Amino acid sequence: MTACKCLLLLFLFLVTPVTSAAPPIERWQTASGVRVLFVESHALPIVDIQVDFAAGTAYENFAQAGIASLTRELVELGVAGMDETQIASRMADVGAQLSGEVDRDRASIILRTLSMGDKRRVAFELLRAILSTPQFPAAVFEREKARSLAALKEALTRPEALVKRAFWSAMYGSHPYGRHETTESLATLERADVLAFHAAHYTAPRARLAIVGDLSRAQAEAVAEELTAALATSPGMTAIAVPELPSSSEQRIAHPAAQAHLLLGLPALKRGDPDFFPLIVGNYTLGGGGFVSRLMKAVRDQRGFAYSVHSHFQPLAQLGPFEIGLQTKKEQAQDALAVTREVLASFLREGPSDEELLAAKQNLIGSFPLHLDSNREILRSVAVIGFYELPLDYLDRYSDNIEEVTLSDIKAAFARRVRPEHLVTVIVAGE
Amino acid sequence: MRMRPTRLIPLLLALTLAAPALAETFERQLANGLRVIVKEDRRAPTVVHMVCYRAGSMDETNGRTGVAHVLEHMMFKGTPTVGPGEFNRRVADAGGRDNAFTSHDYTAYFQQVPEHKLGEMMQLEADRMRHLSLDPAEFAQELRVVMEERRLRTEDQPQSLLFEQLTATAFQAHPYRVPVIGWMNDLENMVPADARSWYDNWYAPNNATVVVVGDVDHQAVFKLAAQHYGTLQPRQLPVRKPQDEPRQLGIRRLVVKAPADLPLVMMAYKVPVIRNVEQDVDPYALELLAAVLAGHDAARFSTSLVRRQRLAVEAEASYDSTARGPGIFYLQGSPGEGKTVSELEAGLRAEIVAVQERSVTADELARAKAQLIAGQIYKLDSMFAQAIEIGQLEAVGIPYAQHGRLLEKLQAVTAEQVQAVARKYFNEQGLTVGELDPQPLPPAARSPAAGS
Repeated sequence: MTACKCLLLLFLFLVTPVTSAAPPIERWQTASGVRVLFVESHALPIVDIQVDFAAGTAYENFAQAGIASLTRELVELGVAGMDETQIASRMADVGAQLSGEVDRDRASIILRTLSMGDKRRVAFELLRAILSTPQFPAAVFEREKARSLAALKEALTRPEALVKRAFWSAMYGSHPYGRHETTESLATLERADVLAFHAAHYTAPRARLAIVGDLSRAQAEAVAEELTAALATSPGMTAIAVPELPSSSEQRIAHPAAQAHLLLGLPALKRGDPDFFPLIVGNYTLGGGGFVSRLMKAVRDQRGFAYSVHSHFQPLAQLGPFEIGLQTKKEQAQDALAVTREVLASFLREGPSDEELLAAKQNLIGSFPLHLDSNREILRSVAVIGFYELPLDYLDRYSDNIEEVTLSDIKAAFARRVRPEHLVTVIVAGE
Repeated sequence: MRMRPTRLIPLLLALTLAAPALAETFERQLANGLRVIVKEDRRAPTVVHMVCYRAGSMDETNGRTGVAHVLEHMMFKGTPTVGPGEFNRRVADAGGRDNAFTSHDYTAYFQQVPEHKLGEMMQLEADRMRHLSLDPAEFAQELRVVMEERRLRTEDQPQSLLFEQLTATAFQAHPYRVPVIGWMNDLENMVPADARSWYDNWYAPNNATVVVVGDVDHQAVFKLAAQHYGTLQPRQLPVRKPQDEPRQLGIRRLVVKAPADLPLVMMAYKVPVIRNVEQDVDPYALELLAAVLAGHDAARFSTSLVRRQRLAVEAEASYDSTARGPGIFYLQGSPGEGKTVSELEAGLRAEIVAVQERSVTADELARAKAQLIAGQIYKLDSMFAQAIEIGQLEAVGIPYAQHGRLLEKLQAVTAEQVQAVARKYFNEQGLTVGELDPQPLPPAARSPAAGS
């Protein structure tokens, strides 16, 4: 019976056409030394640009935690000759959208604009000004600092924010990845600190550019030159320290919420590490595969303990976390934790079954085009490839890399990367 | 995870209407009443397949609130030929992803898969359109999941609690007063028969629209649809009572106390929605008003309330001109440091008064329209967003064929019309104001993380 089912799956898998839908990526370097990745696509009159700087929270000085986000917010709120309202008005006039984010490694500035000449030229010029002449007006600095403080104070009442902060602290201790802004660190920030952080981190050697959309190569090159011409040529890249693995621990934080929030995990995986493929293929079965994962079946389907439960690898410049997360009614938090630990332990012991391994590969390869079906998704992938200097054929090789993973690869990779003696657990609002 | 969009969605732009006709759309109705709408988008070898049932929480009855959403969960729990959880497994094996959501107005199920898997998806959806098992043991388990979902999305979310109470106060007769996920006590007392009768009442081809967007040929899709859905029998649908909301006769106020730090004020004004695409004027003007107030970073709320006066750390306006039920125009914000909720409420009202007295400028209107057009083009980058748009319009009774006219009507709105709607609808008579009164956490909960 089992053999039959196995053969059937194998058959299905083999006849599924493996379409490599990866778009061709072009690469060059601007005169100022910024590396550029470009994907040409004329299907829609849209251009997307992402500028990433090695200016994430890992580069903050401990006493200044919060400065990375504040700096990123402020760069677009005032440039030479234009105040924040003028910038926002001109962007809106041409229908362009500016957004961004800050994570441990990166501070991103993301522009989406229509590709018509009169529209895109205005948007590119604004982005150039944001990259080259941000003014950090004092009044705007004070206001944004106050807004950040208000947002932080609110976050510190939320169980989902509390559990995340405690989890990263437990995993990384005093390593830069374990750092969080506090009301004290934010309150002491001054405008000069932001100017200094900007000068040290928003430079050409720390920048990567990703461009996707309705431009020719020549146009894209011209835009890249224009955007980066005025970036400072130093300081260069700095390395983030290698984190030490924590000892296993369990922390409980009281909270009046109806649901307990649980996170389990440890520092596990760097960008570019060859264990990436065995880990994501294995994790599909454990808790990455949505409704069909083992965690979802055990925690949600069989016991009704939670609306959602997941496991996830987040590779970073240094070891990024493996995490398992769920929320469950306070009174059953202990039972849900026990089930979760048992699912993890049995997975680490045995790995996926043959059928599970096939299903994981089938979905990860079959769904690959779904992750590259829009300019937005392509931009996101290309920006990661550029920032972390992954091979340019990363997307082309993706399906083959998944296909080559064996059961023993998975077991060995999990045994190396997810060792129970380093696993930390944080529970907010448990009993 | 299963989404459950509410009407507010304060973080989205208020402009949620139709896409321009850059891609061609085709439509056919099967003999059993099922409507099939196909939009060809050949940028990637994938397809979105969505089935929308015109039954949402507004069709529920007292004591059974939340049943539309519970049934949505049960739709993944099997038929005689496809076991519990098998639906998700089949989609995953096809290299796809799938999910579903319930709103006040409709319930939708969707899969995104490689294009050659469309037939298999139709087969699965057609099967569960009429053959759901609704096993009592599965039901009991799934009800617990839904209650966890309510805890996650509402019970522990001060903003959601305020929104739920505000809506329940603004509407007294119309079923929009009830949250889509249902009241907890109704969930606690729900039985399989409630889900069964909901399913029998509303899940029929003549109450459904199939939307397909992607790398397909429309003729081939019509053929597949006829093959898989064509054999299902139509059913007599229950009578839908209008349940019109009686006229509000004065301002209503409420307070929600919950663990939080930032206060929040939400104001709900009763306004119309589109009932006749050609003849209506006001809903289009209201869309533009929302855009001028809060559609982008240079809009009035951001410029005036957040930046200049520092009355707010955040201020939003939102309005959706398409709905089966009555419309609401929301204003909301959190006061800035040293400011009170009542000062912010006065500031929000002052912005409305400014439009009532001096209208909006030509520049502001042009900017809002530019944003609208750009937004429609950006939407074409997401097949899923296109499918949702078609499904939503059809569900509220606006044929997707009219979406181009909707855009034209929006483009034609004048400053006078914006001023007119500001004067006509923004008065105390139709206003409900809700305030979140933040309660401090117990000290044990505060100390560890603040220092970490």
